[in-house]
Amino acid sequence: MTRDKAKDTAGGDTVLAVDGLTVIGRPSDVEIISGVSVSVRRGEILGLVGESGSGKTTLGLSLLAHCKRATQISAGTVEVAGKDLASLSERGVRELRGRAVAYIPQSPASALNPALRLRTQLGEALHDASLSAADADARVREVLREVALPDDDAFLTRYPHQLSGGQQQRVAIAMAFVGRPDVIVLDEPTTGLDVTTQAHVLETIRRMTREYGTAGVYISHDMAVVADLADEVAVMYRGELVERGRTDAVLTSPEHDYTRRLLRAVPLLRTDGHGGGGEPEEEPLLRVSGLSAGYGRTRVLEGIDVSVSRGECVALLGESGSGKTTLSRSVAGLHHQFTGEVLFDGGPLAPSSYRRTAEQRRRVQYVFQNPYEALNPRKRVRDQILGPYRHLVGRPEDPDAVVAGALERAALSASYADRFPEQLSGGERQRVCIARAVATRPDLLVCDEITSALDVSVQAEIVRLLQNLQEDGMALLFVTHNIALVSNIAQRVAVLNRGRIVEYGPVGRVMSAPEHEYTRALIADTPDFRPALAETAD
Amino acid sequence: MTRLIVVRLLFGALTLWAVSLVVFAATQALPGDAAQMILGRDATPQRVEALRDQLNLHEPVAVQYLQWLQGILQGDLGTSYSNRMPVDEVLASPVGSSLALMGLAALVATPVALAVGAFSALRRDRAFDHASSLGTLVVASIPEFVVGILLILLLGPGGFDLLPSVYSRVGGPDQWVLPVLTLAFAVAPPIVRMMRATMIEVLESEYVQQARLKGLDERTVLWRHAAPNAIGPVAQVVALQLAWLAGGVVAVEFLFNFPGVGKILMDAIENRDVPLIQAVVLLIAGVYILVNLLADVIGLAANPKVRVANR
Repeated sequence: MTRDKAKDTAGGDTVLAVDGLTVIGRPSDVEIISGVSVSVRRGEILGLVGESGSGKTTLGLSLLAHCKRATQISAGTVEVAGKDLASLSERGVRELRGRAVAYIPQSPASALNPALRLRTQLGEALHDASLSAADADARVREVLREVALPDDDAFLTRYPHQLSGGQQQRVAIAMAFVGRPDVIVLDEPTTGLDVTTQAHVLETIRRMTREYGTAGVYISHDMAVVADLADEVAVMYRGELVERGRTDAVLTSPEHDYTRRLLRAVPLLRTDGHGGGGEPEEEPLLRVSGLSAGYGRTRVLEGIDVSVSRGECVALLGESGSGKTTLSRSVAGLHHQFTGEVLFDGGPLAPSSYRRTAEQRRRVQYVFQNPYEALNPRKRVRDQILGPYRHLVGRPEDPDAVVAGALERAALSASYADRFPEQLSGGERQRVCIARAVATRPDLLVCDEITSALDVSVQAEIVRLLQNLQEDGMALLFVTHNIALVSNIAQRVAVLNRGRIVEYGPVGRVMSAPEHEYTRALIADTPDFRPALAETAD
Repeated sequence: MTRLIVVRLLFGALTLWAVSLVVFAATQALPGDAAQMILGRDATPQRVEALRDQLNLHEPVAVQYLQWLQGILQGDLGTSYSNRMPVDEVLASPVGSSLALMGLAALVATPVALAVGAFSALRRDRAFDHASSLGTLVVASIPEFVVGILLILLLGPGGFDLLPSVYSRVGGPDQWVLPVLTLAFAVAPPIVRMMRATMIEVLESEYVQQARLKGLDERTVLWRHAAPNAIGPVAQVVALQLAWLAGGVVAVEFLFNFPGVGKILMDAIENRDVPLIQAVVLLIAGVYILVNLLADVIGLAANPKVRVANR
């Protein structure tokens, strides 16, 4: 794991050197990360990859000598620009933060203080007293220009909630760069941004690290983004560094099994689609025609025509705010302010689920985006699954068989039935949500961004699971903002932009020869990840 | 924001009107006849009849209510039955005393409770935190008059004999101490608990972590980043507690024989002095509504989303 350490120490411009860093939990003494050594040179970016729980955020925070509650650094050194942070006093660390090493958080929406103006939050990052107020102000404006944000007073007096997600992340980047740090730690800064914004933010990060000669540590679970951005990759697995090397070397000839698994998990942008994708049959399972929906006076969807046949997966692709969730909620009967026709198996579906028959509701099931919020924390898995079953089908003769059957279809063993949601990982929770939805044997499953809260490796497993369900004859309406996922699961895709379908057709055709400008832009902004490995694997 | 405040004000007025309705209905439902009560048992039927005429007791209830409401809107609270003085004159001095008592209690309790709560949050799961949670729990579960009695036993003539336990006209300012302390103990615990919970939430938030990662010193982190975000939720609880004072003061005044609205209200109920009861209850309700309105305004002002959106 330290195979090119000699090379790094030879290079004179290494600004971050971590050696044998171990962080333990208190009071259990469990090692959260153990004996990690990495180093980064000026102007380069190290991609730190791993699934959630692998300790990558803990490592990222310890680079600023910050430990979350009930954890502490127990061994090792963190040298930033020649000073060991782990051995400094609290005061000494404080002086280095912001100047020697800065942090860009995962979610700027929660990391920017909602009660303070941007001027205050940006200005205070320059807390060393060597600058006059006027100089500090000039520096703030300069860095705002560098991240392509307005630098006028009107912008500086804004509060975080007055910015878009992309702007908030740019402010966070500006906040980190304003003190000209030697090292910058980026903790999944593009999670939650749509691809176009992500592409802009990544571009900004790359440019800024080069221009400032800053060493970057980019933490992510997404190999595709890291492959695009990083000079070097370090892979973390269960608190240990299992592989490390130049990005192209790791991508083409990974040495560790886990790295190979991560690489395989990345969905390929272009595939030929999945079998058929030919003309839809005459009477599709679901036919939506001329649907327009909105909230109050705001129109969200206009003239939507979509159909899903039995055993087919249709993807609804769009960025946040495009109306894709509203459409899926309308189909499921959760949103009823819409006009137009929704035909299911030849019969019309009422707008509100209250007016649909139990049988209709049984046949259309919904899986929600965030598995952390979609399960009742006080009920066991068994009761979560039996709840809708009892309501829509009736009291089962053999409840255990129903639960076991549903869990099996979601690729979980029957032993999960007695667990509570908090005893499950994110991926397992989403499987339970799927099990709950398929327990009533529906014909159509509406999946609303069901993988966006999950790691890429878990996402791949869920996609495989959905493919199996589809082979069993279930129809899927798969809502996503991730264009790469579309190629891996759907036969047909509808691209939504500002409430209208701008492109609709077989996946292979749309991906290889997109007709609409918007689709082309989406494809161009998505990191195209095609490691040699993926072609030779399996 | 102005629009929101105006809307709240209107709701406050509406609530006050509803209270006036309830108060009037309740005093009407009291058993016995007001005229009879005022004149005593040996009054002649003629005199009772005459007084009933004078008090408009023959009119339908709705008309009586409207006359009463009209009077209030013109600032005329009516005449006290028992001593034949205008109600506002009867109330002037006790209302002043009670407001002073409540104000002092609020001034003592709020800052101390906020400080204890915030400090508990900073010292989470350490000795101070455990002690303050236990203390607030114990105090919160004892009724305020019991707290008062315990304080009297401890600090009054029976105990260390530091402070007088009963208010008298000739006493010095030290006779205010025990009533104020009792009220302060009664209102503080929920404020401490809410402040602690809110502060812990805010201190664990990502923006506080980010502020620390920027290298700000702990004092800036606390005052600039944490405190403004804790104000909104805590202000609601502070207001609820201070509003409770308006009613809670009654029992405590009675305990210390303090000449405030509480004592007046007790006497008025005993004497069936209807106009006085109505005025005092309306007053208490008014204070309650006003304090809550104030909390709403503070809560709104502490939230930049509201503050900016409606400017």
